Amino acid sequence: MTAIENLLAGGPPEAATIDDFLARHQFPLNEGRTTTFVYRGSADQVRLRHWIFGLPSSLPFERVDGTDLWFLVQELPYGSRIEYKLELVTGGRRRLIGDPLNPHLAHDPYGANSVLHARGYQSPEWAEPEAEARPGRLVDMTVKSAAFGDERALQLYLPARLRDSQRYPLLVVHDGWDYLRYSRLQTVLDNLIYRQEVAPLVAALIGSGDRLVEYAADPRHAAFVADELVPAVVERYPIDPRPAGRGLMGASFGAVAALSTAWRRQDQFGRLLLQSGSFAFTDIGPSRRGAAFDPVVEFMNRFRTDPGKPAEKVYASCGQYESLIYENRSLVPLLQETGMTVRYSEARDGHNWENWRDRLREGLSFLFPGPLWMVYE
Amino acid sequence: MAGQISLIVLGPQRLEPTLAEAVAELGVGGHIAVVTAGWQERESEDDELTQAVGRRTVNLELYRRAEQAMADDATLFQAYRARQDQLRELQEIYGRRLAHALDACRELLGLDDSSELVRSECDEAMRAVRELDAHHLQAVQRIHRQFERAARPGRRRAIRRQRAEIGALLAGCEALAVAGGHVAVLLNRLRLFGVLELAGDRPILAWSAGAMALSERVVVFHDSPPQGAGNAEMLETGLGRAVGLLPLPHARRRLRLADPNRVRLLARRFAPALCVALDEGDRLAWGSAGWSTLAPARRLAPSGAVERVEGPLGWGR
Repeated sequence: MTAIENLLAGGPPEAATIDDFLARHQFPLNEGRTTTFVYRGSADQVRLRHWIFGLPSSLPFERVDGTDLWFLVQELPYGSRIEYKLELVTGGRRRLIGDPLNPHLAHDPYGANSVLHARGYQSPEWAEPEAEARPGRLVDMTVKSAAFGDERALQLYLPARLRDSQRYPLLVVHDGWDYLRYSRLQTVLDNLIYRQEVAPLVAALIGSGDRLVEYAADPRHAAFVADELVPAVVERYPIDPRPAGRGLMGASFGAVAALSTAWRRQDQFGRLLLQSGSFAFTDIGPSRRGAAFDPVVEFMNRFRTDPGKPAEKVYASCGQYESLIYENRSLVPLLQETGMTVRYSEARDGHNWENWRDRLREGLSFLFPGPLWMVYE
Repeated sequence: MAGQISLIVLGPQRLEPTLAEAVAELGVGGHIAVVTAGWQERESEDDELTQAVGRRTVNLELYRRAEQAMADDATLFQAYRARQDQLRELQEIYGRRLAHALDACRELLGLDDSSELVRSECDEAMRAVRELDAHHLQAVQRIHRQFERAARPGRRRAIRRQRAEIGALLAGCEALAVAGGHVAVLLNRLRLFGVLELAGDRPILAWSAGAMALSERVVVFHDSPPQGAGNAEMLETGLGRAVGLLPLPHARRRLRLADPNRVRLLARRFAPALCVALDEGDRLAWGSAGWSTLAPARRLAPSGAVERVEGPLGWGR
């Protein structure tokens, strides 16, 4: 019997009993495979709004008769991580709010969502700041771009104890500022480099003011990254000249930008980290994903016909609760057939920055392994 | 007590240095020679170390000297590189064989061991792992012998010159401190220049990779790496000064000490060596009475327990 069933077993509870129930538990309440969401307050309807592909996007709460207590019991697979909001409907007006009973929030460029950590999910300790880790630093840089006809601002992550006598891999990170803010990329790099799990590397954190155009397999973007950005960084910092020392990384459209840049500049980038790529394609007929995806579909259809060998090693990941899971799964055998070494990973999560954060250790240590087994300081 | 102390093994020194206490325990009053070759290109950045030791240090600069010797002697460099290539290839093959042997061992250790038959088969699986480890060490030693025979590094001018300089530096020092870092780089440099022979009977302080390099068998380990199964591997024969000890630096982070099966596997595999966790603050001494703790320590027991130990630990063999 779940806690909510116990509460309701004797009929509608008194207000004080509800107070006690809320005080005794943390919500959402995980019990075995089930999770109970609870809201207390006046409303005509309460709904769970989430981004789980496969479930109706809006799930109604049930009100306990004669009370202002609302609940929803949902079965969730082990290890799930769910971002959600509550939708309150009052007098025909709809309002989205964070879950007042849940202190866990995940932020993204659009604001914040409440987060459910289902049974089995563990937030990675390597993404938390570690006092022992030597911090890297961020420096600003601008690159003149003939490809775009403007000047681009970016930041470089430089690992602690950077030395001119060494050569470092360069990882170009699409939506780099979002990775810093929402996926804790700087902390993650500091920790993984300190732990020797990832080789010390330089990361170029780039952005775009019009990412739905520039990241959608735009040839200008490939020219900017390969012909302008990389040479500018190489001129200033000691970068490994081999393809194995050049990586591209991105999520969503950023992953499309990474893959398409590597594809257009084969033999230049040896490492690819692709997260929840918006790899829309069609086998026949038009795509239903909308106009923004049209150039992506065109690129992916060309890529699927003639993939070449864009890199040497690829790490790809996708959330099982994303609408893009089909496209990402479909891509894996194709990537493998190119002769690249491919690692693919899925998580019970959605299209969000914390999902991408949680995969960084596996992806970065696969592409840029550090001397973990040999170094004991 | 360990009797007259000739070696002190310490936990990692960066965050909670205990070097000054260890120096006092050795009763050393003069200069201390330090080896920071495991830090590779950062070898000379030893200010913090000097501060922690609390007295004048003399860096033997083994990393720089090895680079210089290799630059001066192309034949030696070629032979050295060929040896390293062979060792890498051998290690990879061993790792593959080991994965299967350890899988079998773990599977059997997971069975109910109340029957004699299961216990006996478990022992047999463990024996297979230990034999593979021993075989690997022999193969590594064979490669080293071939290198010694073919290149004769000790007779080469480039090495002899550096060795003479190291000997002169050591002559003015009362003790030797060997820091951590890259264990293979460190071990290779110590061996290349015969530093322990040059140090004679001077007492030694060592921590992290330094302690590993001084042990009889160098075992690299991590129970939860981001890639792979986390199988501890025999890397090399060490310099043999830390007799009967298997030092496990950064154990808190690298080992799943709360998992009795993993602890048991490690302790039984390397028995009778003393498998000792070495985290910040840990200190062990080796002397005429064997090993003893200078601060409470943790030993990985064949039962799967992590035992808190204090005082004499025995000989580890």
